[in-house]
Order: sequence, then C-alpha cells, then structure tokens
Amino acid sequence: MIWNEKMELMGRTGMRSVQSERLRKIVSYVYRNCPLYKAKFDSAGLKPSSVKVIGDIHTLPFTVKDDMRDSYPFGLFSAPVKKIKEIHVSSGTTGNPTVVGYTKDDIKLWSEAMARALCCAGAEPEDKIQIAYGYGLFTGGLGFHYGSLEMGLTIIPASSGQTKRQLKLMKDFKPRILACTPSYALYMADEAREMGLDPRESSWEIGIFGAEPWSESMRREIELTWNMLATDVYGLSEIIGPGVAQECRHKNGLHIWWDIFYPEVIHPETGRPLGEGEVGELVITTLTKRGIPLIRYRTRDNVSITYEKCKCGRTSPRISKIRGRTDDMIVVRGINVFPSQIEHVLLGIEGTQPHYQLIVDRKAGELDELEILVEVEEKIFSDEVKTMQTLSDRIKREISSILGISAKVKLVEPKTIERSEGKAKRVVDKRKL
Amino acid sequence: MVTERGYQEVLMKVEQISIFLENKSGRLAEVTEILAKAAINIRALSLADTADFGILRLIVNTTEKAKAVLKEGGFTVGKTEVVAIEVPDRPGGLAGILRALKGEEINVEYMYAFVQKSGENAIIIFRFDDIEKAIEVLQKAGVRILKGEEVHAL
Repeated sequence: MIWNEKMELMGRTGMRSVQSERLRKIVSYVYRNCPLYKAKFDSAGLKPSSVKVIGDIHTLPFTVKDDMRDSYPFGLFSAPVKKIKEIHVSSGTTGNPTVVGYTKDDIKLWSEAMARALCCAGAEPEDKIQIAYGYGLFTGGLGFHYGSLEMGLTIIPASSGQTKRQLKLMKDFKPRILACTPSYALYMADEAREMGLDPRESSWEIGIFGAEPWSESMRREIELTWNMLATDVYGLSEIIGPGVAQECRHKNGLHIWWDIFYPEVIHPETGRPLGEGEVGELVITTLTKRGIPLIRYRTRDNVSITYEKCKCGRTSPRISKIRGRTDDMIVVRGINVFPSQIEHVLLGIEGTQPHYQLIVDRKAGELDELEILVEVEEKIFSDEVKTMQTLSDRIKREISSILGISAKVKLVEPKTIERSEGKAKRVVDKRKL
Repeated sequence: MVTERGYQEVLMKVEQISIFLENKSGRLAEVTEILAKAAINIRALSLADTADFGILRLIVNTTEKAKAVLKEGGFTVGKTEVVAIEVPDRPGGLAGILRALKGEEINVEYMYAFVQKSGENAIIIFRFDDIEKAIEVLQKAGVRILKGEEVHAL
C-alpha cells in the first residue's frame, strides 16, 4: 500500500508548486529565526524574497556538518529550545557531537516519513515489526517506532544486541518485519544456526536495513540466508533520522519523499548540480521541518538520482544505494578506497561474511600501509594451515587487483572488530597527517 | 544403507576439534581454562602456527561439549575426522606405515603424537586428505587402527 497517496503519486507540475511554496516559507522562516542562516544569507547578498520557485534553490548557500558542530549545541536551531520536545545526539568521532532537536510537529513529520518508508518496503497495517535498531540517543530505534505507531503496526521494541533474545522473540511472536543494520542481520544468522534454528524458516519476510552502507552482494547473501526480501532504508539524523528514503519491492533505487526532503546531487568539489544518473554528493533541504530546518545540507553520501517513474506507481525520484560515504572513504597512497570495495571482494569469496576493518597507518618517512582485518568465522575456518593461508592470500590478491595497491591481510578471531549500535567500525586511520 | 565395511570405517574415525587462535599472549591459556572449567579432559593436542595465527587441534573426551563451551567463549571452532594409529615402538615403525600409504597416493596433511602410550606402542594421530581410502589401505596392510571410542576414553 501507499501511505500518502496524495503526495506520493502527485504529478510533476503539482509537486513543483508544493515544493516552491514550501521552499519560500522555510527560507523566510530560517532567515527570521536562526541568526546563523541570516548571516549566511546576508553575506551571500541574498534576500529571502528572491526565492520564488523550487528552481531557485541552486542560488542558496550550502549547510555543512561543521555548521552543526561549530554551533554546538543549539546554534542551528530555528525553534526556541523550549519548543523542542526531543533531542538526539550522534556520536562525533572528532570534536563535538551532532545535536538535533524535534518539535512536536517534527515528530509528526518523522512519523509520516517513516510510515511512508514502512509501506514502501511492503508493510501492511496489521503486521508485527521487530525493531532491532538501538533505542536512545541514536535515531534508529525511535524513528522506526514512531513510524510503526503511525502506521498501526504491532511493535516489538527489541532494540539492538542480545541476539539470542532477538531470535527467541522472532520464534515466539512471529513478526513479519525485521528492522536492523544489514551486518547485524547476517550476524544473527550465525547465532540462529548455533541455536539449532534454520534461518530460512524464520518468520521475517521483509527486512528494512540501513544505518550503514551495504552492497548488492550483501543483499543477496541476506536474502538467501533468511529467505526474505531485503530492502534498503536511508536516513541521517541531521535531516530527520531513518525514513528519508526507502526502497520498494522492485529494489531499483530508494524513493525519496521530495515534498518534504528535497534532493539534489552535486559535484563534491565544485558544488555544481549534476544531471540525472551522475554520481555525486547528495544534498537535502528539509522543506517543512521546524526545530532545526536545514537548507541544502551536504550529506557526504555519494549517490546518483533518477526521476523516472517507478513500477510501483510512486512519482518520487529515486536515489541509488549509497555508494560509500565521502567521509568513510580513505585515501591511501593517493588512491580512493571505499570499504564497500573490500566488502565486495570478501563476499565474492564463498562463505565469507563481511566482518572486516581497514587500518591505515604511515610510519615516519614511509608510504601508507593498508591492513585489512578479517574475522575468521566457522564457515571459512579450516584445521589446515595451508587452507587458511590460501584464503588469506586470495583475499590479498583480489583486493590488490581491485584497488591497485597492495594490502596486508590479517585473519583475526571473531568479535575482535569493534562494533557500536550493531554497526561495525570499518575504517581506522592511524596516520598523523 | 551402511555396509558392514562402511560401518567399521565409521568406528575407526576419531573426532578432532580445531580452534583458530590469533598470535596473542594468553589465548592458549584461555582455551585450557575453558576446558578445565567444563571438566573436559584433553587426550592429545598439537599447535600449528604461522607468523600471524595458529590452529590448535585437540582430541578430548567429550567433543560436542568442548565445541559448545569454546564457541560460547568466543572462539571459532571446527570439527574434523582423523585416524589414530598404533605405531610399533621400534626403528622403522612409522616408515612402514607411510610406505603403505605412499603407493596409494594418500597424502598426510599433518600428524602428531598422542600424549599417552597404549602398551608398548606409540599412538600417532593422522589427518589424511582421503580418510576413507586411508583406513581401507591401512587395514589391508595390517596396521592397527584405534577405534574412536577407545581414543576418546583413553
């Protein structure tokens, strides 16, 4: 089913006028209420009244993550703090964390966006959903919770971790929908087998996976292992949390609700808008948010976009699966390395599950060194040294051939790679640059 | 259908568990602690190591229990079948056994000695690339193979 037929099926002309009206309102709202935006507009010599139609969005200044960090905690809020009803914080690896605040209307907006996403994935109003994203300051758990409430699903708010309990909840309550990170979905399969459960017999028919980039090969692995439809959900706390975009059952891109989150794709270095199908940085303007509306926010996520109508009937544009985060990418000896490339190699090797970590280091006066840690799971373990060495050599060879630079491969014991909120930490940069 | 010979071969196999270890201090001690706590007795062991990792192979009195407690302890554990052979404790004892295998093109992946003796003879654990064929050849050559249950209970 389609949650909001009016907005999700609206034709191009009607949508343009909705977007134009909302853009005019939000621009004048942030100009009046957020000193930081007023300063940005003024220094660019822009008056809110110069924004008339959605096409004028290209004239507006960008907002970047550092704008949020530098104005920590509340400097980028447009609503007074007393109107903020909920605050979420995402962990910052450097400097201040990112703080986002929601007014009561923003929570409604989030519920609406997530309800659209759930329906888009194939949820029906009487389904049960197991939410295995973390609840708390992380937006994953509560975002799914609000959307599920809005849609009328039966919620099992399991939160992340405690895998045995997750599997028992699944076995006993038989939810049709699972929401968690894709790496956790694979991890649970191992645990299920250890408990004597056959993952293919699980009650989960639809998985809604996100919060970390994942590849098509990982999707196939999850779908085969659990015998379920694995869909991709996109979101980021700065914009609202999960629910910004979602794949339908056709799995050919993520529908982005462009009446509320207006997308653009730009060249990450020049800022120039890119055409349909070109890969660049996703930029989003929140057209209706009140607490902390963002104008042309640079997500640092690389995607391409298509405006073609989808077979499911929705008229919204679709973004590609995230092709790596610009800040997940590391430059090693001048070569761009994305964790997804490593994942691709590992999944190509039969039975290997993608628990890995890239470590880059540089000794004084020497070249960068790339080391890849790969956790040895039962499936790839052998009692023979030569089999294990062949495996390690093969990973090394394939990675070198894909990246064009050599890497060291180290086989490590399971669970040695650090995980937070079920997300594996993929990149460790030890260089002092 | 299991033939009489096939059944005999099953009895001849010994279950061995193998554990992946990173070359970090204390990991071996951790394995033995876990086994001790679960009152599991180690019958034979060998450690193969490389610069980066090691593989510990064990024969214990209760294979399934050992596997379960080690997995719970966070280790990657595998199970393989090996053969325990009684080798005459005199010059040429082992050579005679390997000679029998050589003619049949059976490869020994690795082998290690048992920690105890059975009577006058030594016991050696063999991991073959083709265990069925190896058992057949060894039996024909009159080599004494210990039954799995004998080994686990030694």
